[in-house]
Amino acid sequence: MNIFVLLKRTFDTEEKIAINNGRIEDDGAEYIINPYDEYAVEEAINIRDEHGGEVTVVTIGDEDAEKQLRTALAMGADQAVLINTEDDLEEGDQFTTVKILEAFFDDREADIILAGNVAIDEASGQVGPRLAERLNMSCVTTITSITIDGDTANIERDVEGDVEKVETSLPLLVTCQQGLNEPRYPSLPGIMKAKKKPLEELEIDDLDLEEDDVEPKTKTIEIFLPPEKQAGKVLEGEMDDQVKELVSLLKTEAKVL
Amino acid sequence: MSSVKHFVQGGDFLIEEITAESVFTPEDCTDEHRMIAGTARQFISREIHPYMKRLEEGDFPFVAEKMKKAGELGLLGHSVPEKYGGLGLDKMSKGIVGEALGNASGYSVAHSNHTCIATLPITYFGTKQQKEKYLPKLASGEYLGAYCLTEPEAGSDALAAQTTAVLNESETHYILNGTKIYITNASFADTFIVYAKVDSRHFTAFIVEKDFPGLSIGPEESKMGIKGSSTCSVSMEDCEVPIENVIGEIGKGHLIALNVLNLGRFNLGFATLGAAKYSFQLALEHSTERKQFKKSISEFGATKEKVAQMAARLYATESLLYRTAGHVESALGEHEDSSDFKAVAKAMNEHALESAICKIVGSETLDYVVDEALQLHGGAGFIKEYPVEMAYRDSRINRIFEGTNEINRLLIPGAFFKKVAKDFLDTRTIVERAQHSLHNGVFKKQTGELSELKQALALFKDLHLVCAGLAFFKYGTSVKNEQETLMKLADLAIAIYSTESVILRTEKASERNHKQKLAYTYVEQTALEVQHAVIPMLSELLVGEERTKTLGQVSLLLAAYHWPDSVERKRKIADFYSEQKRYQS
Ligand SMILES: Cc1cc2nc3c(=O)[nH]c(=O)nc-3n(C[C@H](O)[C@H](O)[C@H](O)COP(=O)(O)OP(=O)(O)OC[C@H]3O[C@@H](n4cnc5c(N)ncnc54)[C@H](O)[C@@H]3O)c2cc1C
Ligand SMILES: Cc1cc2nc3c(=O)[nH]c(=O)nc-3n(C[C@H](O)[C@H](O)[C@H](O)COP(=O)(O)OP(=O)(O)OC[C@H]3O[C@@H](n4cnc5c(N)ncnc54)[C@H](O)[C@@H]3O)c2cc1C
Repeated sequence: MNIFVLLKRTFDTEEKIAINNGRIEDDGAEYIINPYDEYAVEEAINIRDEHGGEVTVVTIGDEDAEKQLRTALAMGADQAVLINTEDDLEEGDQFTTVKILEAFFDDREADIILAGNVAIDEASGQVGPRLAERLNMSCVTTITSITIDGDTANIERDVEGDVEKVETSLPLLVTCQQGLNEPRYPSLPGIMKAKKKPLEELEIDDLDLEEDDVEPKTKTIEIFLPPEKQAGKVLEGEMDDQVKELVSLLKTEAKVL
Repeated sequence: MSSVKHFVQGGDFLIEEITAESVFTPEDCTDEHRMIAGTARQFISREIHPYMKRLEEGDFPFVAEKMKKAGELGLLGHSVPEKYGGLGLDKMSKGIVGEALGNASGYSVAHSNHTCIATLPITYFGTKQQKEKYLPKLASGEYLGAYCLTEPEAGSDALAAQTTAVLNESETHYILNGTKIYITNASFADTFIVYAKVDSRHFTAFIVEKDFPGLSIGPEESKMGIKGSSTCSVSMEDCEVPIENVIGEIGKGHLIALNVLNLGRFNLGFATLGAAKYSFQLALEHSTERKQFKKSISEFGATKEKVAQMAARLYATESLLYRTAGHVESALGEHEDSSDFKAVAKAMNEHALESAICKIVGSETLDYVVDEALQLHGGAGFIKEYPVEMAYRDSRINRIFEGTNEINRLLIPGAFFKKVAKDFLDTRTIVERAQHSLHNGVFKKQTGELSELKQALALFKDLHLVCAGLAFFKYGTSVKNEQETLMKLADLAIAIYSTESVILRTEKASERNHKQKLAYTYVEQTALEVQHAVIPMLSELLVGEERTKTLGQVSLLLAAYHWPDSVERKRKIADFYSEQKRYQS
């Protein structure tokens, strides 16, 4: 089976993030594999171990993303592809990503593509479904379980806390939700083996794309941090008075009513 | 994994200038090193930290099970050669794993004990058959190991062991009799490295399996800390050990025991660094959360000074440990699968002095940091609900085992005097040169970046040579009995090694701003410690007017290594960490 994983390098949102001149400060930020993509890597490895085949992890980014690819290889993926856009692209959006991936998959046979449900940095949740559409593949988002039997896939997906069961067929693109699995961390032998696994580097002209083809369709106007959390307020007095006060505060202070 | 080009001999730093190119620094770690650290940290945070209560309750089967799990991840086999089922990684990786696993109380001790002293005797001194038989299982965790050196009458004086080994009549087995005490991992170990004297004379190492007839394990000791590590006595009553289980040569057991301890001490330094960083983090978390007098505890100047000093010591400890990893790797890297007993022993002993420093500085930094961390918790630090209470109790053992810090200190000037004798260095010339430097300020002739710090280092080195020389002239070879002086010479050597490691690392680093603040803070603190060691020593070694004059001059020279921005700098350092909420440099 040809198994592909779409992987994004993101900064670690658990760490402190600083913004400078409308950009996220690179210095000091910690970078990780987008956590939802980690579920995808884990599931891909499990599918391969059960059904055979190869796991290829693909990322679009710059040279630094090699680290996250190596981590995926150390977890057990067989090969990795870095589509390096450092020299060609200043900006990109989901359109750019999907366009590049579409070209990448143009001459590749994918039985299943696994992506994260969202990337925690921009959280659009668009790349998976849009790519499936372009590749004319079935698509199931936010999956929490998958079993494959021949060409049939039985999937459970998370719908706002409820479970929906879906039966579909390969080729297929799924996006992975928390609860799908517990991603392994690389073993030491895995880490040493990863050094020797193939990591192919492509640029957009290797995919017969020009810069204009992948020009973003959106523009980022401003980036800002959420406001600092303010101290809470505990209401006192009789229940009725508290309710009244709450309603009035929601109207006058919070201005949400 | 990474090669260390420049070979630096043990103790060289006390006599020569060492350059930045010849030291390994944390910043030199490869991506693989970082991934290895990540895996080890994840293992602890997923597999051990959620179960600290079980460790504290002494659930040893649980510990053994987790060690096997660590084995599956390769965390037991990093130092076992590939051909025997391990990974054959470099000494930096060994240190990195030791550090990452160091913040897990008794688990850390159990794990390190297994990978270091319980496995290394076979790795470095075993026969091919022994390696084939035991190493793959020790690397995977199928077998867990213990190391049995200490006896009721032989603790620090380990070679005074009374356990005996006698060849049986059919010459197939040695019959061992004796008792070992305080043996880590004893309750679940499959293999025991046991030291015994053949015919009551020839100190020898044996591999004893748990099922060999005559071996029995005593009850668990009730301990102050590291309660998750099993500690029992191990008794041998006519215990039958096949002759092929002798490690190395009959009568050469001391070379195995002591040299393996060198690596054990090196590793213990890393483990205690990991624990110290964890305690530091607890201090930062608590002091930024807790408010008194309408302010966070972290906002008080007294706290800031503590935080800055803790950080500077962590930085120094880290610098000297990674540096030592580089030195040890350069000496030992090739000997992984050698059968030349003497060459291996020599290579392992090359950095005995530096390894002793790793152990002392690591354990004392941890004790210092965990004590301040607890103090910053106020009353909460004394209550078991807070993890710093456990960390405090766990810390204390590190100054005792793998050779007490006193025994390790004694080793340092001992190794130095031996080196001087062995290299046929002319003591008088060296000392005179140092004296000349002190009198004429030659040590101040440092140029380039960090030159102020380099001056301090050169001064410390001169002072060490002068004191060592004066001691040698006064006491001759019986200087080895002058422990009061030896301890202080050791402190000086430690100050030099740590200061030099800090300076060279800072010099080599590309991002230098914060590191430089730590370096200045460390040197300031160390100048006081050097004074603490040198003044009483010179007071003892000199007489009359020369004594009075020298004491005054030395104090004056050392006072130059305090800078006017000290308070401001430390506040900045502390604010950085209160923001980061963990150690980083
Ligand atoms: C929890 C725990 C786990 C251990 N695990 C192991 C293990 O797995 N394997 C093993 O073999 N051992 C182990 N030990 C033993 C440990 O290595 C010894 O306790 C240690 O070496 C000190 O020996 P001792 O206890 O006999 O103290 P002593 O030697 O009696 O020392 C008492 C004091 O005297 C000082 N002293 C001793 N000699 C001198 C001297 N010549 N000059 C100046 N001062 C001196 C010491 O520094 C110390 O302060 C363990 C101990 C503990 C507590
Ligand atoms: C076993 C035990 C028994 C006790 N018994 C009693 C009792 O019988 N009765 C009773 O009333 N209390 C009792 N206490 C409470 C004890 O007196 C307090 O724990 C102690 O005064 C410290 O206060 P704290 O714990 O709130 O620490 P904090 O005040 O939170 O202090 C935390 C840290 O901040 C430092 N710090 C605080 N303020 C400043 C400042 N302005 N400048 C610089 N540094 C600062 C402190 O020195 C400390 O290092 C007991 C506590 C314990 C643990």
